[in-house]
Formats: sequence, C-alpha cells, structure tokens
Amino acid sequence: MTDIPTTDRTSPLHAIHVAAGASFTDFAGWQMPVSYGSDLAEHHAVRTAAGIFDISHMAEILVTGADAAAFLDFALAGRLSAIAPFQAKYSLLLNEAGGIIDDLVVYRLGDERFFVVANAGNRAPVVEALTDRAAGFADLVVDDQSDDIALIAVQGPHSRAILEATVGITDVATPLDELKYYFSTDAFFDGAPLLIGRTGYTGEDGFELYLSTDRAAELWQALTVAGADKGLIPAGLASRDTLRLEAGMPLYGHELGTDTFPVQAGLGRVVNLKKEGDFVGRAAIEAGPAAGARVLVGLTTEGRRAGRADYAVVTADAEVGIITSGALSPTLGYPVAMAYVDPGVIEAGDPLFIDVRGTRIPASVVSLPFYKRAAN
Amino acid sequence: MADATTLQYTAEHEWVLVDGDTATVGITAYAADKLGDVVFVELPAVGAALAEGSIVGEIESTKSVGELFAPVNGEVVEANEGVVSDPSLVNSDPFGEGWLIKVKFTELPTLLSHDEYTALVGE
Repeated sequence: MTDIPTTDRTSPLHAIHVAAGASFTDFAGWQMPVSYGSDLAEHHAVRTAAGIFDISHMAEILVTGADAAAFLDFALAGRLSAIAPFQAKYSLLLNEAGGIIDDLVVYRLGDERFFVVANAGNRAPVVEALTDRAAGFADLVVDDQSDDIALIAVQGPHSRAILEATVGITDVATPLDELKYYFSTDAFFDGAPLLIGRTGYTGEDGFELYLSTDRAAELWQALTVAGADKGLIPAGLASRDTLRLEAGMPLYGHELGTDTFPVQAGLGRVVNLKKEGDFVGRAAIEAGPAAGARVLVGLTTEGRRAGRADYAVVTADAEVGIITSGALSPTLGYPVAMAYVDPGVIEAGDPLFIDVRGTRIPASVVSLPFYKRAAN
Repeated sequence: MADATTLQYTAEHEWVLVDGDTATVGITAYAADKLGDVVFVELPAVGAALAEGSIVGEIESTKSVGELFAPVNGEVVEANEGVVSDPSLVNSDPFGEGWLIKVKFTELPTLLSHDEYTALVGE
C-alpha cells in the first residue's frame, strides 16, 4: 500500500482557486476552497443556476476483474452485482460490528469494472478494508487511483446546458439529455478520457466529472467559460455543506461513523439483507442496534439562531439527543438541523427544544429532506 | 467608512473608533471574512453595562458562530439596528455601515494599533 500524505495537500486546481480569491480550509488534510467570497451567493447559484466545485480531494479506487462484482457484494452493504454497466449506486462500507467505515458512491463501468468513490478523510481505512477483504478473490485488482484523478462537480439546474456547451467535451457515449440520475457515461475532454456521472451532493440536478489530474485545470477553465452566460460561479465547501444539509444528505463524521448503524442514520435501505452469501457486517446488522438506539431526525426551528453540531436536544426535563449538523437554511430562510434523538421521545411526540448556547428554542421534528427540488 | 489604519483593535478581532468618551465597536474585515456570510447578529441592549473582555453579543454566519467581546468597560449608548435587520453589512462594510455598538467608557484599556493587529493576523 502506498503512503497517503495526510497534511497540507493541495488540489491540482489550487492555483486557479487562489487566483479566484478563494479562502481555504483544511479538510481531511487538504487545503480546499471554503468560499470564493460569499457562501450564500454560491448556495443560491446552485439552487437557481449552477455552481462548479473542486472536490479533487475525494478518493477513487478502481476495482477490476472477473470477481469484482462478487467481491463488492461481500465488501459493501449493497448488491453491487445487480447494477447495470454505467449505473451508479450509493453504498456503505461496514465493519464487522455493523458500524459505518465510510459512505461511498460506486459506478459500474463494465461487467468487471467498478469505480469506488470514497470520502477524502476515509481514504486510508477504505483502501485498507477493501484490500483486506480482497483476500480469497482470485481474479481481482483493487487499485487506489486517488492521486491521479481529479473530480469537478457542476451542480444546479443549468448544469446540463453548461456541459453541452463546453468546448473540448466530445464523444459523450450517452447524450446528457438521456443520461438518467445515478448513471454515468464515458466521454473525452480534449483527447483525455472523461467519466461523467449524473450524481452529486447538493440536492440539485448535476454532474460529477472525473479525469486525470493533469487535465483538471483545462477542464475547469472550459466549464467556466461555457457557464459564464448561464450563471455558473465557483462554489466552495461552505455552500456544499449547506446544500447537502438542506437535501438531507449525511456527512461522514457528522451523521455517520463507526459507532453508527445504518438504520439509525435512516440508511437501512442501503443495506441489502436479501443478497445471497455473507457480507462484512451482516451478522451485526441482522442483530440490529441496541434497543432504544438514537435515530437521525430532521429538526426545524423558528427565528434565525441555528442549532449547530454538538448542541443538545432536550425535552422539558431531560437531554434526549444531539445535533450533528445545523445551519440557517439559505433556501428556506429558517434554521434546520439533523440530530440523533431517543426514538421513544419521537414516538411519544414530546415537545423538543434545542439548547443554543444556554437558550432553549422549540424545535419541530420534520421528515428529511428539508428541501427537494421541483420535478423536471 | 472609517480609515482602518487609524482605528484601534483587540486580539479578538474587534475594531474601536474613539471619539471623546464614546467608542464605536465593530469586527474587522479579517474576522468577517473568516466567519463567512453573516446571517444573524445579536447585540446588547442600549443601557447595558459592559465589562471589558466579557461576551456581549453574537455574530453568526451560515457555518459558524462568532462572539462579540466588550473591548472596554462602559455603557451601551447605541446598538446598530441596521446591522440587526441586515447582517450582511458586517461583510460588505465591516468598518462602516457594519459597525455594531457605541459604548460610553470611563477608561480606555491598551488596545492594538493597526500595525500590531495586522501583524497579529499575519495579513
């Protein structure tokens, strides 16, 4: 296994971000753009037009071989063998205890070819787990390609028009107007192989584009030029976080962790107990979490003071939960939060409050997501 | 907009403009930039007595919460209602329309000069 640098890494697009006036934050050892000026403007651009994100810190692992599908059925929680070539699937990498090592998107690129995208901060444990679990599969290669692949996301209602207008994107195998959500297509960018997935982490229509790191800057510039008259602006991790929160999407380290069972996070459907054969975590998942284990809920509050990660959720007389993510929703105009709460309190409908630095604010339990885009 | 070079500063990223016995207080452009887009401001009431170094208000952005520390002992004589109704003024004009409170003080502590503050934040 190669050594994975863990500090002060920069994206192949770093110079572009600096020139664009980005401020940076450390994310899993990477210096990534947090905003290019106004995180609210970036958020609204994605909801109403389009935003372009550099998420090259994400990890990409190519799994190939005749045993690849069977291996992923064993290594991951879902039945990856059931998806068609160029289909994608959200999945989980579980430990033996049923906890979540990472949440992943898996793109099937062929009968014997899968592309696993993991969180930057979990690259090492994911690669380690996949490598360990590969023992016993003869015709299989697990190849960590993270250092060689850049990832650019274009998200928002104008995304498709922007990609279609981008000079240099050619040979798109499935025309983008026919590409369904959670499918991908091969293409080229100025002669370099390009994978385009209709996937994302914002709750809007959008695309994620994978290509060689040494071509990333050219692609970013070409997309930016194509999007100039379509409202496209660069967007950083601050808006990415508020967008995914509104869309009710979990963030590893906040809503997900090795001490979390999928069912607690509302991800029970991601675990396929009907698939044949064993998979890592199966016994623990079948046994289930302890009775009364906290469950993830959506909370909304009035006013403008938001609950934040680690703030307590309380009833009139007891602490019954903890917020994992929260913000004043830029789209909705009121505070939203995700929190783990004792299920008995939810079932009983007890009045809940969030403790905002000593002030109790009444909270309503709502179903996730907070925001859902209008159907096309 | 106040001339940033003539203001005094605290290590908690407030600026102070002294006029007679009244100090106008805001947060610096550096602090506003670090916070990101400000979406909520809570200020002390007019008449409130402030103790230097205590937390007297909050400045929330979409992603984090900043605290307003009293830079001086004194009494609040004015709170900027404009910034309460439009918190984005903290970002767009931190040294001007984005001011936060005016405090009538009895004694001014030692504050940082512009050069000292600039050295502190490394910009």
